[in-house]
Amino acid sequence: MSVLSVRGLRKSFGGVEAVAGVDFDVTAGEMLALIGPNGAGKTTCFNMLMGQLTPDSGTVSFDGADITGLPPRAIWRRGVGRTFQITATFASMTVAENVKTALMSHRGDLGRFFARATALHKDDAIALLDQVGMADQRDRACGVLAYGDLKRVELAVALANSPRLLLMDEPTAGMAPQERVALMELTRQLARARDIAVLFTEHDMDVVFGQADRVIVLNRGKLIAQGTPPEVRAHKAVRDVYLGAGTTSGGH
Amino acid sequence: MLRVDGLHTYYGRAHILADVSLDAAKGEIVVLLGRNGAGKSTTLKSIMGLVPAAQGSIRFLDREIAGLPSHEIARMGLGYVPEDRRVFAELTVMENLDVGRQGPRDAAPAWTPEKLFEIFPNLAEMRNRPGGRMSGGEQQMLTIARTLMGNPRAILLDEPSEGLAPVIVEQMARTIQALKAQGLTIVLSEQNLHFALLVADRAYIIEKGRIRYSGTMAALAADEAIRLQYLSV
Amino acid sequence: MSALVVQFLNGLASASALFLVACGLSIIFGVSRIVNFAHGSFYMLGAYLAWTLTRGLGWVGYGPLGFWGGILIAALIVGLIGVLIELVLLRRIYQAPELFQLLATFGVVLVVQDLAMAIWGAQDLLGPRAPGLRGAFDVMGQRFPEYEMLLILIGPIVLGLLWLLFNRTRWGTLVRAATADREMVAALGVDQRKLFTSVFFVGTFLAALGGGLQLPREPVQLHMDMAIIADAFVVVVVGGMGSVGGAYLAALLIAQLQAFMLLVPDFEIAGLTISIARMTLIPSFLVMAVVLILRPYGLLGKAPSHARTQASVEPVVRATPPILAKLGFASVAAMILLPLIADEYGLMVATEILIFVLMAASLHFMMGPGGMASFGHAAYFGLGAYGAALAAKHFNAPMEAGLVAGPVLAALGGILFGWFCVRLSGVYLAMLTLAFAQIVWSIAFQWVAVTGGDNGVLGVWPSIGKTGFFYLSLAFAVIGVLLLRRAIYSPFGYALRGARDSALRADAIGIDVKRVQWAAFAIAASFAGSAGALFAYFKGSVFPTYAAIPKSVDALMMVLLGGVQTISGPLVGAIVYMGLHEQLVRVTELWRLVLGIAIIALVLAFPQGIAGFAAKRFAKEDGA
Repeated sequence: MSVLSVRGLRKSFGGVEAVAGVDFDVTAGEMLALIGPNGAGKTTCFNMLMGQLTPDSGTVSFDGADITGLPPRAIWRRGVGRTFQITATFASMTVAENVKTALMSHRGDLGRFFARATALHKDDAIALLDQVGMADQRDRACGVLAYGDLKRVELAVALANSPRLLLMDEPTAGMAPQERVALMELTRQLARARDIAVLFTEHDMDVVFGQADRVIVLNRGKLIAQGTPPEVRAHKAVRDVYLGAGTTSGGH
Repeated sequence: MLRVDGLHTYYGRAHILADVSLDAAKGEIVVLLGRNGAGKSTTLKSIMGLVPAAQGSIRFLDREIAGLPSHEIARMGLGYVPEDRRVFAELTVMENLDVGRQGPRDAAPAWTPEKLFEIFPNLAEMRNRPGGRMSGGEQQMLTIARTLMGNPRAILLDEPSEGLAPVIVEQMARTIQALKAQGLTIVLSEQNLHFALLVADRAYIIEKGRIRYSGTMAALAADEAIRLQYLSV
Repeated sequence: MSALVVQFLNGLASASALFLVACGLSIIFGVSRIVNFAHGSFYMLGAYLAWTLTRGLGWVGYGPLGFWGGILIAALIVGLIGVLIELVLLRRIYQAPELFQLLATFGVVLVVQDLAMAIWGAQDLLGPRAPGLRGAFDVMGQRFPEYEMLLILIGPIVLGLLWLLFNRTRWGTLVRAATADREMVAALGVDQRKLFTSVFFVGTFLAALGGGLQLPREPVQLHMDMAIIADAFVVVVVGGMGSVGGAYLAALLIAQLQAFMLLVPDFEIAGLTISIARMTLIPSFLVMAVVLILRPYGLLGKAPSHARTQASVEPVVRATPPILAKLGFASVAAMILLPLIADEYGLMVATEILIFVLMAASLHFMMGPGGMASFGHAAYFGLGAYGAALAAKHFNAPMEAGLVAGPVLAALGGILFGWFCVRLSGVYLAMLTLAFAQIVWSIAFQWVAVTGGDNGVLGVWPSIGKTGFFYLSLAFAVIGVLLLRRAIYSPFGYALRGARDSALRADAIGIDVKRVQWAAFAIAASFAGSAGALFAYFKGSVFPTYAAIPKSVDALMMVLLGGVQTISGPLVGAIVYMGLHEQLVRVTELWRLVLGIAIIALVLAFPQGIAGFAAKRFAKEDGA
């Protein structure tokens, strides 16, 4: 059953159609990769799903309810987690505090002025960090973490509201090749175990073809192909506009 | 052409580069490989004077350039292309090129916008488009063209393939080969080993701010143990 | 009808002057990212020097050459003074946090004020009228001065010249490139130091020219600097930072509204006379409010690109180290015992310091964890003071009620102004806070019927003795600081710091960033209001200066001197700064000059603040 359902999504900037009518679905427990050349409209598409941008037309439904045009925080409250292309964490907080802040937000604690935050949701935060393998670094400041670790923290934060859908914009950008695969393998395990739908954009073809269940390809604002990794890899138009000969992407 | 000896760089108290040494001969393409955060960008920025080097010697054309302000280094004929592109978004393609313009230099190709458009045909079609309204791949080409307008003898190229579609990365590789044919010396940082194998003559591997390996590209390609240890490929 | 046309022309003429000053400010900010408080001082210096030179050049006759030559040479000299200041001061602090740069330029303001006073005296100086332009046109039966007509033309001419300069010369291309990314410009072989210096020259030249051109219109006096800087900030914010065209549009809008406001007759509400015509800052406020709701970054402005600003990573807030807690207890204990040993003067000084400790803590709450720098915190201090004083004066309220009325009024102000401010961030937000503070000041100053205007509200005496009042202030300061500290460690504090660290992430985990910041703004305002209310009873009177720019800068000085990163820093800052201030006023007439130099020296010596400096010096590994 589809968790996220996108129909006829459009957005123009200054007369140029960045996203020109896009339809797709993501089902529970599925890893769906969105790929395409730079400027194809992937990020615009993502920002509309998460509420950073309002589409010109089209609908975004989550769990059957229309969430088009809602602000990001409202979409999050319905159970959508997100990670960013350039990690966005709270640098002045420790790893555990980052996760705790998300937990406090999820449980409606943030309006409290006099409670002491230190004591709240400590075990739950550690449990989440344990899942992404960051529990032993919980007292380090996020501002000093290695990039790959920061990505894991972001994943833990995104899981804090027990989401049904995860949106990951270039989750492995800036990571070393092996870390990339490891992070997405972890994501895949978590998605399977918790029945979370995952939509991600990605430039690393090892990750895309190794981890995705299904791939959709965007070019000039339109979907030009979709299918399983082998189908998409063999697709003529996709090779021409995006994949090329494979000399710089490990033969994909 | 370029020789770095015993370079140490700090951000605050954090020791980012420890005893980094490398060199590039005229017309050579040297690649600095390593993970994110290993110190690749910092090495290039330190050479360019954008990050102060605490210790060590950097010689360009047999002149000590450590401690010089960036613009003087650039004026000696060392070009720098940053990672994450950094085109001037409000300026048109032609204006972007104009910012990089410097006088002609001995023993270096003299570039004009028209000559650059032969190498970067896409740019010719969008002379008056603001940099901010170009795609990632086009912006990356523009930053390289902009640096070439300074008629450099050597350029530092920071992760030219990062975040680009495979088909654009292939185009980038051909561009770099074309520049090498012009006699330009290039030091580039990369994470994409496939890309590096296509363009580079020699490689250095950097990890946690230290150079761990140096050798020819062919030797690195043959040495699976080293590749697995440092690059995990 | 003819009156309307003349007002329209008057508006156009005023817009030109405003534009010259504001676009200089905008250009300098664009390239150097420095909010130059001293810009108003250059305007004032331009006027003073032109006054002197148009007389000093009398040997070429009082003809056009003497007049125009005088104004131009004055502007050139001031431009060179600007270059000098850039070379010896600003160049050293381009890497410092922007608020420190602001403080340094405010130091320049203080120095220039005292120097101008020493050279030209305190009295108003009347300038010459423009030779050959003393006549007037007939505009639909009304007289309109020729000189004003010339001013109307000067605005668009300068706008056109600047456009050519920026779009048709390589210098202009480089300046626009540097506005976007300085480091990249340097890496392409451009000497950005020369670029900055030349931009600074152009900006100061324009400000001084604006000042000189005012000569035939209004007397030269010592308050010109602060009066114009608030207007210029509004114009820059409304037009969009760094946008010259936007500055012209905004100057037009505001000057027109101000001109037409003069035609609005006085009216009465509930027995109070309201004179819109006298409240000249109200139109600026209205324009700004509307523009900022519709276009948060100004008419022609663009959202600042966050990627290229060096994000300073704030340190993790850890539990208070035991040594600091002990030190805190010890100092409170010492304060409790103070009345036993201190004389009356000592007690007064201590009381004042305690009041400002509360003020500094409230500003820190907003700036540190809140990440919202305020150039106008005096607004809430002033509202608190007036709240208490007006309750006492108009309703005969006892002190207890006054101490409630003050913070309530300040909180209301915070809620109103904060709603606008949290729509912006960084330096834009800070400039907006300053504009709001100027509005509070102007209401206090201009609404004579209620506030007594410049004469203030007198006779606001406490119902307890000096020792009692000292303990009251101590209680307010200690409880206030502890409450604010508690809030920082509370879930709300985490939401607030989260919103500061990454608004993107905060929004993506369900935090309503604007609402959280708005709440923090109102909280900070109400604590500043308590400080203001206390101060009203401490002094026994309230004046518009309580809400004026220098008070805001006092508060900023305390927080920044102490270091915005630490919770204890502002407390140290308040004590050091108030002590310094107190002593200076006692020993010298030229205290502004000395204070200005001291501020500049401190900024140059401790760009991270005193407590920040100490923390860095003595800190062990803190994950940072």
